[in-house]
Amino acid sequence: MSTLTAKTRDPAQAALDVTVLSGDGWCHPLRRGQVLRIVDLEGNQAVDTLFYALQDPGERYDACATMRAQGALYLTTGTTLLSSEGRPMLVITADTCGRHDTVGGACSCESNQVRYAIDKQWMHSCRDTFLLELARYEGRPTGPPLAKRDLTHNINFFMNVPVTPAGELTFADGISATGSYVELRAEMDVLVLVSNCPQLNNPCNGWNPTPVRMLVWDA
Amino acid sequence: MSEVFHRETLRGGQKWSRIVKRHQALRLIDASSGGGAGATCVAALLFNAADPAERYNMPDTLKAQFSAFLTAGRVLFSDMGHILASFTSDTCGWHDTLTGHQDAAGAAARFGSGTYQDLRNDCPRNTRDNVLVELVKHGLGRRDLHANLNLFAKVVTDEAGRFAWVPGNSHPGAYVELRMEMDVLVVLSNTPHPLDPATAYGPPPVALELRRVPPPAADDPCRVARTENGRGFTLTEGLFR
Repeated sequence: MSTLTAKTRDPAQAALDVTVLSGDGWCHPLRRGQVLRIVDLEGNQAVDTLFYALQDPGERYDACATMRAQGALYLTTGTTLLSSEGRPMLVITADTCGRHDTVGGACSCESNQVRYAIDKQWMHSCRDTFLLELARYEGRPTGPPLAKRDLTHNINFFMNVPVTPAGELTFADGISATGSYVELRAEMDVLVLVSNCPQLNNPCNGWNPTPVRMLVWDA
Repeated sequence: MSEVFHRETLRGGQKWSRIVKRHQALRLIDASSGGGAGATCVAALLFNAADPAERYNMPDTLKAQFSAFLTAGRVLFSDMGHILASFTSDTCGWHDTLTGHQDAAGAAARFGSGTYQDLRNDCPRNTRDNVLVELVKHGLGRRDLHANLNLFAKVVTDEAGRFAWVPGNSHPGAYVELRMEMDVLVVLSNTPHPLDPATAYGPPPVALELRRVPPPAADDPCRVARTENGRGFTLTEGLFR
């Protein structure tokens, strides 16, 4: 685990301060230089997150390029989130959790059927939340409307998905405590797409999905 | 084993795409002679040919099988809970899907900026441009570029999550076979793995064979490997009733 880093920004000075309930989505443009803090209000919550270049959403967060550039799986302070065009999108500037996942992807109705039981299709899932946010957002970003094909591999802030040296993928209990946060500085104008994970079939949310707080400060 | 109905060899740097039908098998064979410049690696993307919005999904595949790599007995899940293809044979033991692919800038940094003007068809080709060309041929594009397979390549991680390239994962004659569980658009690029430390450009040739195979039986190794795979087959076979 990396060294934890905190920042002392004042929430009272934030340009935006919203709470996103579990099972809800959040789609928000972030301007270059703005700082986004995601606060895990009650701990052990997974926050599934994607980023798109605001002017050209065909350019988007690239999990593989990001991991490859830092030579490691887990995201923490100092990680540069790279786009599919190899450009820095955001930098993680503070992290009081220590490790974030970008291999585990987002839960979906369909993958819940595979992973847990065929009759789990009815439950809420992150990918449905992403799709609803994209459908609502249609027409607002530059370029063609975003669709399912645009749901690339996301970040799971606060989620712990260790890979062993033998190549086993495991879902470990969260390491995020009440009030843990991660802070990101935008290096370009980006669209932030969040699903505050509603998964009830595994311990990624400690079996109890809870709200998160989004704070945005201007440059 | 049924007869091979199609054979071809991909040169180093060559790309390929084709709709491989349900219950046909695509075998990829390391056709290197040993001692070449780079390690054998074929980047692969798979799409449901009937609805390419449905495609290979790395996280769903790894989560369902609690594995960070692919080998015999594993299956490739789409983002819609279906099985695109099954790993029916593998003499390598490990195929990477975590580390993506090299683009033009990465290839130029590794191999120098050789141009077609100077090198003709020997100029280095990169995976991203290769795959993009094949995607566009099928009406797809860069928005459809998700995490790919890196067949024949092995990358491991330590306790801190740091990547390490493992040399010698493949060998001359090594092969992997994918049985399609629906009609699948397969896109391949025989280009260097992004973590292969070789600085000379020389992807070894890879042979392809296509043949018809029986549908997976009730005791098929890929079906019974995990209950998750069994449910994946149930959902996939439901599409064809």
